[in-house]
Amino acid sequence: MKNRLFRTIFMALTGSMSIPALAWAEEAVPKIDTGDTSFVLISAALVMLMTLPGLALFYGGLSRKKNVLSTIMYSFFAMVLISIQWALWGYSLSFGPDVNNLIGNLDWIGLRGVGLVPSDVYATTVPHQAFMVFQLMFAVITAALISGAIAERMRFPAFLAFLILWTTLIYDPVAHWVWGGGWLCDLGALDFAGGTVVHILSGVSGLVACIVIGKRKGYGTEPMIPHNLPFTVLGAALLWFGWFGFNAGSALSANGLAASAFVVTHLATASAAFSWVVAEWIRHGKPTVLGAASGAVAGLVAITPASGFVDPMASIIIGLVAGVVCYLAVSVLKAKLGYDDSLDAFGVHGIGGTWGALATGLFANPSVNELGQGLFYGNPNQVVIQIISIVASWAIAAVGTFVILKVVGTVIKLRASDEEQDAGLDITQHGEDAYTDFVSGSPFGDMKLTGASVQATGSMNPAKI
Amino acid sequence: MTKIECILRPGKLEDVKDSLNKYGIHGMTVTQVIGCGLQKGRKEVYRGTEYSINLLPKVKLEIVTKDEDVDEVVKIISQAARSGEIGDGKIFTYKIDNAIRIRTGETGEAAI
Ligand SMILES: Nc1ncnc2c1ncn2[C@@H]1O[C@H](COP(=O)(O)OP(=O)(O)OP(=O)(O)O)[C@@H](O)[C@H]1O
Ligand SMILES: [Mg+2]
Repeated sequence: MKNRLFRTIFMALTGSMSIPALAWAEEAVPKIDTGDTSFVLISAALVMLMTLPGLALFYGGLSRKKNVLSTIMYSFFAMVLISIQWALWGYSLSFGPDVNNLIGNLDWIGLRGVGLVPSDVYATTVPHQAFMVFQLMFAVITAALISGAIAERMRFPAFLAFLILWTTLIYDPVAHWVWGGGWLCDLGALDFAGGTVVHILSGVSGLVACIVIGKRKGYGTEPMIPHNLPFTVLGAALLWFGWFGFNAGSALSANGLAASAFVVTHLATASAAFSWVVAEWIRHGKPTVLGAASGAVAGLVAITPASGFVDPMASIIIGLVAGVVCYLAVSVLKAKLGYDDSLDAFGVHGIGGTWGALATGLFANPSVNELGQGLFYGNPNQVVIQIISIVASWAIAAVGTFVILKVVGTVIKLRASDEEQDAGLDITQHGEDAYTDFVSGSPFGDMKLTGASVQATGSMNPAKI
Repeated sequence: MTKIECILRPGKLEDVKDSLNKYGIHGMTVTQVIGCGLQKGRKEVYRGTEYSINLLPKVKLEIVTKDEDVDEVVKIISQAARSGEIGDGKIFTYKIDNAIRIRTGETGEAAI
C-alpha cells in the first residue's frame, strides 16, 4: 500500500525520465527504510548546522572585530553557492556514473534522474535525494573550511570565484575518487566520513591559498587576537554536535555502525581537547578555553576518516595524539615556517586530517567494520594505501589551488589593499559594521540618514534620562 | 573650580563611587580607558602564540568640584582606590574656568 502510493508519487515526479529507467524501477522495487531515511535526513540537517552557524561563529570569533562579518560571510556564501552548484552539476560530477575511475559523468546534471527512489549504488535504503542532500552539506562545509586560512584579507568577489572553481575542479573529482567509485575507492582507501576528501583537501588548499595571497598586513608586528572567544566556543560546540550527523550519519543507515561512529567521535573529541589543553598548560603555564575549543575540533577532524572503522579505545588514542600534534602545528610549525594561516585551517584540518587518515590505516578493526583491517590487525598494506590516498589528496589540493588562484587572480584582485585591511573587510567589502557605537550608531562618528526611513538608534526617550 | 581626573582599577570603581556619594559628591563622568604606567603589562597566549598586552583596561573618573573640597576628595579617592600593588592608578587635578548647567543656564559653582 505504502509502496504503491510511493511509486505513484515517484512516477508523477519523474515524468521526464526515460521509459527503461522506469521499467527498471518496476522490476527492482527499491525498498525505502523509514528509520534509515529519517536518520539520514536528520544527519544532513546536523551537518548543515556545522557550517551555519557553527563554523561561521567559530571563525567569526577568532577574527578581529573589524572582520567578523566578512569572516561569517565566507561560510554563509559557501552554503549559498555550493548548494546551487551541487544541484546543477556538482553532484553529477562527484557521484554520477563513473568515467575512467576519475570523475562522474554529466548524466545527473540538474539532478536529472536523482529522484525519490533509492539509488542502486549509494545508500540503497533511503531516497536518492536524501543521500544527495546529505552529500551536499559535505561539499558546503569543505569549501567553507578553507576560508579560515585566508580570512581578514581575501576580497569577497575573488573568494566567490574561487569557491565555485575549487569545488568543481578539486572537491568533486576527489569525492568521486573516494566515494563515487573512483580509483581510490577501488584501491581500498578507507575514509569513512571524509578525512581526505573534506579535511586534507580544505586544509592543504587553505595553506596554499594563504601563501599565494600573502600575509595579512601587519602580521607578526601587530597583535592579531581573537575578538570574541565565547563565539568561538559556541561555534566549536555546534561543530561537535553537528559532527554526530557528519560521522554517524555517514553509516547512511540507523544501525550499529552508526552508533559506533557516534561513540568514537565523541571520545576522540574529548581526548583531543584534553591533550591540547595539557600540552599548552605545560608549555605556557595556563589552560586556555581557546585551547579546549581548538583541541575539540582537532579531535573531530582526526576521527572523521576512522569513525566507521575503529573501536572506542583506539579513538581515545587518535584523539590524544591529534590534540598534541595540531597544537604543535599551530604554535610551533606555523611560527617556524612563517605562513599566515589566519584562523588555522591548515594546522587543524590539514594536519588533523592527515593524522586521521593515517590512523585509520593503523587502527581499523575488522570486528567494528569488516571492510577495514589496519596494521594493528595484521594488514600493513592498508597503511600503504592510506599513504597513497594522503599523497594524492595533498598533491591535487596543492597544485589545483595554486593554479585556480593564479587564474582567478588575472581577472579579479585576490587581496584586499593595505588600506582596506586597515579599515577592515566588514566596511570595505560589505559596507557594514558588526558592533555599532552606542552613541552615534557608527564608530566613524555622527551618522546621517541618507536614504530610506530608518529609525535612529536607541529606543529610550531621551527627555526622561 | 577644579577638575579631578583619576585613572583607577576597574574593580575599585564601585568603592570609590560609594565613598564619594557618602561625602556628598554626586556628579561624575566615567569612561572605560586603556593605559600603561611604568610596567610592561601582561602576557596572553592564543593557540600557543604569546602576545604581551601593554595597554591594560582602566576606568577614568572625572569630577569637577569646589576648590575647597579638592584635598578631601583626593584623599577619599586615594583611600578607596588603593590596594598597595602596582597599577593602582593616578590622580590629576587642574583648574577650570567655568561650568554651565544647560537646563537652567546657571553658571559657576551653582552649576556643579
Ligand atoms: N603619566 C601618565 N599620564 C597619563 N596617564 C597615566 C600616566 N601614568 C599612568 N597613567 C594612567 O594610569 C593608569 C595606571 O597607572 P599605574 O598605576 O600603573 O602607574 P605607575 O606609574 O605604573 O604606578 P605603579 O608603579 O603604582 O603601577 C595607566 O594605565 C594610565 O592609564
Ligand atoms: Mg603601573
